[in-house]
Amino acid sequence: MKWLAKIFTKRSNWSLPYLIFLLLFVVLPLVLIFIYAFQDNDGNFTLDNFSKFISNPEAANTFVYSIGVAIITTLLCILLGYPAAYILSNRDLCRSRVMVVLFILPMWINILVRTLATVALFDFIRVPLGEGALIFGMVYNFLPFMIYPIYNTMQKMDHSYIEAAQDLGASPMKVFTKVVAPLSMPGVMSGIMMVFMPTISTFAIAELLTMNNIKLFGTTIQENINNGMWNYGAALSLIMLVIIFATNLFSDEDEDRASNEGGII
Amino acid sequence: MKDSNFIIELSHISKSFGDKQVLDDVSLYVKKGEFVTILGPSGCGKTTLLRILAGFGTADEGEIKIGGADITEVPPHERPVNTVFQRYALFPHLNVYDNIAFGLKLKKVKQDEIDVRVRKALKMVGMTDYEWRDVNSLSGGQQQRVAIARAIINRPQVLLLDEPLAALDLKMRKDMQMELKDMHRTLGITFVYVTHDQEEALTLSDTIVVMSEGRVQQIGTPTDIYNEPVNSFVADFIGESNILNGVMVRDKVVKFMGREVDCVDKGFGENMPVDVVIRPEDVYIMPPTDSGMFEGVVQSCIFKGVHYEMTVLTPDGYEIMIQDYNAFEVGQSVSMIIKPSDIHVMKKERVCNCFEGKMIDSTHVEMLGASFVCSEQPNVEGGETVEVEVDFDKVELMDNKEDGITVGDVRFILYKGDHYHLTVRTEDGENIYVDTHDVWDDRDIVGVRIMPEDIKIKRING
Repeated sequence: MKWLAKIFTKRSNWSLPYLIFLLLFVVLPLVLIFIYAFQDNDGNFTLDNFSKFISNPEAANTFVYSIGVAIITTLLCILLGYPAAYILSNRDLCRSRVMVVLFILPMWINILVRTLATVALFDFIRVPLGEGALIFGMVYNFLPFMIYPIYNTMQKMDHSYIEAAQDLGASPMKVFTKVVAPLSMPGVMSGIMMVFMPTISTFAIAELLTMNNIKLFGTTIQENINNGMWNYGAALSLIMLVIIFATNLFSDEDEDRASNEGGII
Repeated sequence: MKDSNFIIELSHISKSFGDKQVLDDVSLYVKKGEFVTILGPSGCGKTTLLRILAGFGTADEGEIKIGGADITEVPPHERPVNTVFQRYALFPHLNVYDNIAFGLKLKKVKQDEIDVRVRKALKMVGMTDYEWRDVNSLSGGQQQRVAIARAIINRPQVLLLDEPLAALDLKMRKDMQMELKDMHRTLGITFVYVTHDQEEALTLSDTIVVMSEGRVQQIGTPTDIYNEPVNSFVADFIGESNILNGVMVRDKVVKFMGREVDCVDKGFGENMPVDVVIRPEDVYIMPPTDSGMFEGVVQSCIFKGVHYEMTVLTPDGYEIMIQDYNAFEVGQSVSMIIKPSDIHVMKKERVCNCFEGKMIDSTHVEMLGASFVCSEQPNVEGGETVEVEVDFDKVELMDNKEDGITVGDVRFILYKGDHYHLTVRTEDGENIYVDTHDVWDDRDIVGVRIMPEDIKIKRING
């Protein structure tokens, strides 16, 4: 039994269970996606899957459309979420933690449950399902992920910066544009990451809220895989991963700040 | 005319946070170009006062004028003052240049003028060529310099400094003190400086305002404050001092430590109890001689760099602290002489505890939030409001708060040579003053007991 005790006393060994989990369910699938993407049905190396994507206008259009939807969703989330986070973090305007919990509450309910409820509600009040409903559903589902990191950054912001700005002659408007807004940027960047990335790949919201009329990129991938086209599906997934990875790199320079100043990524 | 002389006029400022009164009727008038230091222990209300001056807090009562204009209701960004914050509060997203230029850019000053003034301000604080540095890469001292440059570049009428040197190490602090003093001289701006460091206050200021418990205790020049403290709090807070009970026998003669001694103070009346303050460096210590005023035995001797600090115990049981360049060995008998002009006599703030009470019946009085047993009062009726007097040494303090009749915490401890004079604050905020030989610590929670025969009751009308 001594060897067992030895394993447990070493702190770094405690991460073993998760490492195994990581290998089996994160690394291995990624490797498989990569391999599958460059294979045809018989397992030979090929680039056909990618050329099919480029030559096939339907898939490419869906891709562009998905990114469009993601951008609109993210912008709407910033528009709605930023003022909300500002009000929540301001001690003069909002004194209770209850308000914060109310804003974050939707995060606690499963995305599918919420979306199904939205469908039922729209049905009941006779709002037609379609593009508008899709955007609404996206914003509704992802808004808390925008509010929370911005709120977090603003709440941790040292109040003396605001006082210093006032002291130097900044009106409330100038205090906001010159100090609060720039200092809350790390939170906004975190929020964008948390909203933009999942909106590209969602398909459940699109399926339910548009009665399957509008296809997003996530839907395309899911359909291909459901129809047994594993290799093409893997190639599409890989393309999406690359895009997400690229946005990640784009915001990398802000990452240091975000972690220092309370962003959550 | 008052209006033309004073740049800052704070009149009757009061402020409470909830139940706690942090400023109690504070008035302060500052002349143009003065270096004023607000000095006090933490929690005395000095920072609150500065924040009210800057506009970050509002006073519940009172009026603030700067340069003759009433600014009580003016928001901070429209006040002709600038602040140097304790934690610098430099904007982390801007470099040194943009931090310093922040105020000028808001005022829409022309770019080339901003350039000139930023360079001048940086030169003034000794930070030339640091324009493009990231503020996060600067040391504490450098950040503080940038913070000062950021404030003075706006040429405010008044510069407020909130413990600006508190976060720096000793050497750096001393250097910055000198630089601040020079800056004050060159700029001609009125400085209002907040600190808890009495040495800093003595070094820098033209005028010192000593505050305690939300009230101004004394306003005066550093020499005045040091040499002629108005009460035992100021004497104890500024520098080291021996504070002893004494009696003013007649003009220019005071009796303390069992001896009548010549002094220079007068006008106290005959046989008035007073506090006597003697600075440790003002006591001359020498081998036993007939011409000595006091005799004693050295109890301890510590080398302090420039001088030795010794405590001497007199035969009557008084401990005196002495600073001298010569060391005397522990156990050695010595004589002491104090010059008449070095004996500072202060009127006693109080000679006994005085409370307002209410008789419950002829043997019980309600005061200090509790019911005390007192000796039989035949002439006083139940329900009558009375005045209660208790001598300082008749108040007993107990470790166990359940043993006392009422409860309080120790707020201020003054060593008086042979005993301690404590201020104990009850839960309803009343002060009980206690003379004791026991050692208590600041903020100790104690039970308070008074024996029935020591409670002296006086009818208010009669």
